[in-house]
Amino acid sequence: MDRIKQVIDKTKRQTMLSLFSIVFAFIANGKTLTVGQNKQYKTIHKAIKFAVAFDTIEIHEGLYKEGNIVVDKSLYIKGINKPVLDGEKKYEVVSVKSNFTTIDGLVVQHSGYATLDDPGGIKVYDSHHVTIINNVLLDNFFGIYIQYGQHCIVKNNTIEAFGIEEQQIGNGIHCWKSDSLQIIGNKITGHRDGIYFEFVTGTIIWRNISFNNLRYGLHFMVSNDDAYIGNILKNNGAGVAVMFSKRIKMINNYFSDNWGDAAYGLLLKEISDGYIFNNRFSSNTSGIFMEGTSRINVENNSFYNNGWGMKIQASCMENNIINNNFKNNTFDVSTNGSLVLNVFNKNYWDKYEGYDLNKDNIGDVAYHPLSLFSIIVENNASVMLLYQSFFAMLLDKSEKVIPSLTPTNFIDEQPLMHPILL
Amino acid sequence: MIAIQNISKKFGKLTVLDGASAQFNKGECIALIGPNGCGKTTLIKSILGMVVPNAGNILFNDVSIKNEFLYRNNIGYMPQIGRYPENMSIGQVIDMIKKIRNYNSQLDEELLDLYKIKDLLNKKMRTLSGGTTQKISATIAFLFNPDVLILDEPTAGLDPLAAEILKEKIIKEKQKGKLIIITSHLLSELDELVTQVVFMQDGKIKFHKNTEELKTDTQMPTIAKAITHILKATVHE
Amino acid sequence: MNRLIKFVVLDIIKNRTILGYTLLLAIFSWSVFGLEDNATKGVLTLLNIMLLIVPLVSIIFSTIYIYNSSEFIDLMVSQPVKRNKIWTSLFIGLSISQILAFVVGVGIPLLLFAPLNIALSMISVGCMISVIFIAIAFLACAITHDKSKGIGVSIMLWLYFALLFDGLVLFLLFQFADYPIEHFMIGITMLSPIDMARILILLQLNVSALLGHTGAIFTDFFGTIIGTFISTFVLCLWAIIPFYLSLRMFNKKDL
Repeated sequence: MDRIKQVIDKTKRQTMLSLFSIVFAFIANGKTLTVGQNKQYKTIHKAIKFAVAFDTIEIHEGLYKEGNIVVDKSLYIKGINKPVLDGEKKYEVVSVKSNFTTIDGLVVQHSGYATLDDPGGIKVYDSHHVTIINNVLLDNFFGIYIQYGQHCIVKNNTIEAFGIEEQQIGNGIHCWKSDSLQIIGNKITGHRDGIYFEFVTGTIIWRNISFNNLRYGLHFMVSNDDAYIGNILKNNGAGVAVMFSKRIKMINNYFSDNWGDAAYGLLLKEISDGYIFNNRFSSNTSGIFMEGTSRINVENNSFYNNGWGMKIQASCMENNIINNNFKNNTFDVSTNGSLVLNVFNKNYWDKYEGYDLNKDNIGDVAYHPLSLFSIIVENNASVMLLYQSFFAMLLDKSEKVIPSLTPTNFIDEQPLMHPILL
Repeated sequence: MIAIQNISKKFGKLTVLDGASAQFNKGECIALIGPNGCGKTTLIKSILGMVVPNAGNILFNDVSIKNEFLYRNNIGYMPQIGRYPENMSIGQVIDMIKKIRNYNSQLDEELLDLYKIKDLLNKKMRTLSGGTTQKISATIAFLFNPDVLILDEPTAGLDPLAAEILKEKIIKEKQKGKLIIITSHLLSELDELVTQVVFMQDGKIKFHKNTEELKTDTQMPTIAKAITHILKATVHE
Repeated sequence: MNRLIKFVVLDIIKNRTILGYTLLLAIFSWSVFGLEDNATKGVLTLLNIMLLIVPLVSIIFSTIYIYNSSEFIDLMVSQPVKRNKIWTSLFIGLSISQILAFVVGVGIPLLLFAPLNIALSMISVGCMISVIFIAIAFLACAITHDKSKGIGVSIMLWLYFALLFDGLVLFLLFQFADYPIEHFMIGITMLSPIDMARILILLQLNVSALLGHTGAIFTDFFGTIIGTFISTFVLCLWAIIPFYLSLRMFNKKDL
């Protein structure tokens, strides 16, 4: 027992000491090396070569074409007046291979374009506590790439590319096998995926704007226990795609104008135990598309002006859709099966025509949100050709009066009379 | 003036005209007579182009009327039962026809005056009695001084006074040398008018004779009696 | 000819039915745009009404009008007027008055509330549909001999184009679900002027994304200049062919 306590004490002391030394090193030992035309160093390479850990390198205004810059020491690299680091479409521009490194205020552009080793504007290799802040990344294959990173912060960067085809462009922020990252306040456009996560855990994505990306605004693959909050996802192939992941929290996001053939606000595929709360889905072809999704709570969201509010495939089960507003959608929900294993309750549907005699804001008649036409379309997409035809209208009306083809248990038992204030 | 050459017309299975031929000339006044359903009206409508014959030819001034329409400028037609757009007033109908005919010479407004139609110009067609409608039809038929007048049962429905006016008008026009074709069942009326008689039966023209000839043949004093005689004879056959 | 057309148009306007129709369209359109805050939704609702009511009124009104004009036709035929002229004047007169009613009733609110390009194509398609169904009414009248039969045929034709044809399309889509029949469907669509009009307008609205893969193929076709030309041409044919056939029949008709 004592022995164990001793060991713990010792390790505690050692960590304290090392932490201390870090802080101390920053304050006391750090010297500043300047890079620029009339400065101490003419090239970044040289400055890094002569720097020691915890030094600051100030890169002044100018265009630097130095090929691949490897940061292999714990440095604070600071751009003064936005110096431009150019990869000439041949090199990875900045490679961070050291812990406790900060990259601040650079313009990084024209990284190499190769599909084999995934060159990035700024790429972090096997490091922790790396901060990438206030940078502008223009026309790189990958913008910011983190592999085996931990406790890294990516904040307030502007990442812009001009991709035309999915295969010829990488992702804006690409994270692979990482943990405890913070992706905050970035603006990403023109990449394949705005933000891409594969095997990333315990990470928060907060207040980013991801728009006009070729594929997804934000993409989770096999990444568990992450949260994305307050992001704006606009005009992407899909706003967010969450695939093969568990326990993802999706809160306060705005999904809009993800419009086009096979476009979605939020695409869920083989995920479970998530929480979708207080998001706004507006003008998407489909607000949420769910496939193989289970145990997800969808609460307090608004679905406005979408083609389909929610498309729930038959492979979904035990999802609760509660207290949401559905307004002005062409179809509020649709499904391709007859088996219904999800619960709808207390949602507001603008197409609801029931009454409320006891004035408790809950309609006295249950609501069937499925229209016959939407089911037929689900079975045969080409039938959309008859959209807005008298025939389709008649089909729906007759089904409303005598439901015979739509699943009878696809029902909201307590539809709200008035929308929830969100 | 009008040559009917071997025309036939079928309505479905019913043969209405069956190879009818005739020649009508200027200055003649022809009575077209025959039992009901013998094809008189169809023949007249064929001349007017309202009915298109299945076979045969009709020449107007030696020109086939097929696909022609201008020849109708020379024809005044008074239908058996005049049908006019119900919402129009008498004045509007007359105006419309005037405009369509685009007739530049002096209009013959004699009947217009005699029938006192000018007092009725604002009356809608649908409010008119059968007799008044007939008066309108007669007026229109004579209005443009046509060379040919085709009158289908002209006095049917007219009161005696109006019938008398019409008769005098017909005689007057005949004296101007016009061709007049009349169908009528009131045979007694025809006596003073007619110069020739065309007798039709079962879509065929049985005979086409001068009135004098007819009277001598049948040894009857009036046309009416002569025709009755013939009708009786045909029934006995 | 001009005089005859003038007579017909004046007569129809005096008829008051056409005024009621204009008023009805106007009430519909104004209330649609008054209730819907979203212009696209308004256009869609209006499209629905337009494709239902305009053909119905055009075909029924025209049929009744033609039959009621039999006296007029009789009178004109015995006058020195070409038969072609009589029939064509009736057609043009009816078309002018229906188009007038449509433009006043639907066109004005559309121009005020909808985006200009959509408003213009809605108006032109609506006018086309009016004329097409008038032409079909002429054909129905030329085929049938009495008024009640004519109206019956007209209602059946309307029902066919407004409803039954779409049922047929649904049947085809399911029968050939496993085959790539999208291009074939473009041809099928041309067999119904209502469907064609609907799809032409839908493709112009942003809801076309909902049409998915089929919609994309349709956009590829109708979006091109050649496609626009062909579709306009086909719509014109839908007006010209029935009218031409009816004209030929009328020229041989006994009155």
